[in-house]
Amino acid sequence: MRYRVDPGLYTIGDAGPDSPVFVTASYKMSFDLLRKALPGISAWVLVLDTQGINVWCAAGKGTFGTDELVGRIQSSGLADVVSHRRLIVPQLGAPGIAAHEVRKRSGFQVVYGPVRADDLPAFLKDGLKATGRMRTKHFSFMERLALVPMEIVPAVKGALPVAAALFVLSFFVSGFSAPRALGRTIVVLVSLSASIIAGAVLTPLLLPWLPGRAFSTKGFYAGLLLAVCALLLTGTLYHSNMAMVLAQLVSIPALAAYLAMNFTGASTFTSLSGVQKEMRFALPLEIGATAAGLALWIAALLMGG
Amino acid sequence: MRPLLYFSDVVTLTFDADKCTGCGMCLAVCPREVLRPSNGKVEVAWRDACIECGACRRNCPGGALKVKPGVGCASAMIDKMLGRKKACCVDDDSSPSCGQ
Repeated sequence: MRYRVDPGLYTIGDAGPDSPVFVTASYKMSFDLLRKALPGISAWVLVLDTQGINVWCAAGKGTFGTDELVGRIQSSGLADVVSHRRLIVPQLGAPGIAAHEVRKRSGFQVVYGPVRADDLPAFLKDGLKATGRMRTKHFSFMERLALVPMEIVPAVKGALPVAAALFVLSFFVSGFSAPRALGRTIVVLVSLSASIIAGAVLTPLLLPWLPGRAFSTKGFYAGLLLAVCALLLTGTLYHSNMAMVLAQLVSIPALAAYLAMNFTGASTFTSLSGVQKEMRFALPLEIGATAAGLALWIAALLMGG
Repeated sequence: MRPLLYFSDVVTLTFDADKCTGCGMCLAVCPREVLRPSNGKVEVAWRDACIECGACRRNCPGGALKVKPGVGCASAMIDKMLGRKKACCVDDDSSPSCGQ
């Protein structure tokens, strides 16, 4: 599948010399969102070469940047096509674009549009003015819900080899026995599933309501809740010993915290300095607790669990 | 609904009022309402909401706003620590995972 739009100048509707110029990224979804937001409006669209990456991420990397914009204005011959000298750039492109430099180097004035393309008609109607609400990036429940599959897929991909390794390891530790193997497999699968549900599903969805500022803390609490659920579930299916109970109680919240920490990148309100602070205290705890959980699990097997 | 906030007092954002020309570009680009107008210039109203995206710094002609820009992404930092190249906001197909 191609997610890219070729960089260059495009028209929407019956664009003329007075039509507004919108700047966007060469990511197909960015381009389509812009186009869909402008029904019945004739406009020019200047697509920058961001290698198929969206505006916000490309601006952070600098590919949606001043140099690329100035170069694209020149190569597209925009100045000969429009009579005005104004570009509407998405606000989330601002980390990469220096408006004053663009003006100096190309003669074009950059006007920052709203965060969301949906608000463009209101922005145009209001004489290129964005309200405070249009200028703010939110992170609604539905937005978080849409990200959940992208958290689950890598988590499951990572968990499958772990489950297989633990299964094999269990035979080395306590020898082969078919009924016990079934019980062990259930414990491992339930524990890993509980961690993933807590860290990759519950934490994103319940983000505003889980206690703590650190994502790891939020994931830890969600993990604790799911660990209790997992124990109740495995307890009815499989008779385990105290070490096995402890192994689950320690490792599920730790793994959930780790997965929750990985949601920082998808969220819209974390900073690099903040994530560095979180990782400094949380990562050693997550690794340590997971190792402790593994040791307890091996101990439980040695005790015949 | 209450806005989501990360840690207090961690961000690298600084503001030098002497260099502020009052152009208001930072107010237009900040997606987190960190700044507000004040006596023809701006002031930092809500520092803890800053996500260090760097938009204000990049668009400040006077150099009044300084911040070490970056992406608050743990998996990218772990990938970097492990020497893996693939990180969020880098690969082609999964860009929706870092917002629009």
